[in-house]
Amino acid sequence: MGSIKIRAKLKGEITEVRTLIKHKMETGLRKDKKTKKLIPAHFIQEVTAKHGDIEIVHAHWGGAISKNPYFSFQFKGGKVGDDVTISWIDNKGEKDSATAKIK
Amino acid sequence: MNRRLLLKHSLATSIAAVMATAGITIPTNSMAAAWIEAEFNAKAVDKVFAELGATDVAQSDKITIKAPDIAENGAVVPITISTSLENVESISILADQNESPLTSTFNFGKGAVGFVATRIKMGKTANLVAVVKAGGKFYQAKKEVKVTIGGCGG
Repeated sequence: MGSIKIRAKLKGEITEVRTLIKHKMETGLRKDKKTKKLIPAHFIQEVTAKHGDIEIVHAHWGGAISKNPYFSFQFKGGKVGDDVTISWIDNKGEKDSATAKIK
Repeated sequence: MNRRLLLKHSLATSIAAVMATAGITIPTNSMAAAWIEAEFNAKAVDKVFAELGATDVAQSDKITIKAPDIAENGAVVPITISTSLENVESISILADQNESPLTSTFNFGKGAVGFVATRIKMGKTANLVAVVKAGGKFYQAKKEVKVTIGGCGG
């Protein structure tokens, strides 16, 4: 779906990964101003970050992560040209995945 | 020590031993854990701690919370948590006045550095609580963020 942007940069021995995901992150607590009805919850629940085949981060998110989430982490052992893969799945089962190379 | 006291004492010890064993036998491999509704549905910080299995959570000056002192827009509050603790297993971020305080938990695999940055929603002025699990133990740090316009509900 092309919802994920990834920047992975090697700085010394640490690779810094910054990622932006396009998602509305609806908490389920907001009301539609016109209809006064609750807007159903729709948010990313799980995010995984891999360096090659190795899982570096496995995150659990609630609806309190901001709309169009930003997420950054760091790890050791990365080399320029290695793959970094970010995947997410939301509470409706929608998902996406993207891979970028370390620069 | 009389017999009654001795019994009491040994009972307490054995309960503690059983709990310790249980603690070890509960799967601690958080990387395999699925999203847990109860953690996110808990309505108070101590309930979240209980769901996370965090007991005896010590205050730690080895955890740094970078967040604005005043957030004009509670819908987007940038937060960076970093820690110099060794063997970091996970970092959880809580906003203690949110209806559901737990915003997120980041479980780390081998090679990960004790660092995470994201943006969260805050309903109103609250303490941010960072809970770090490192070497099997839990540590926490707090920082107050004043929110001018809430980011939840509406």
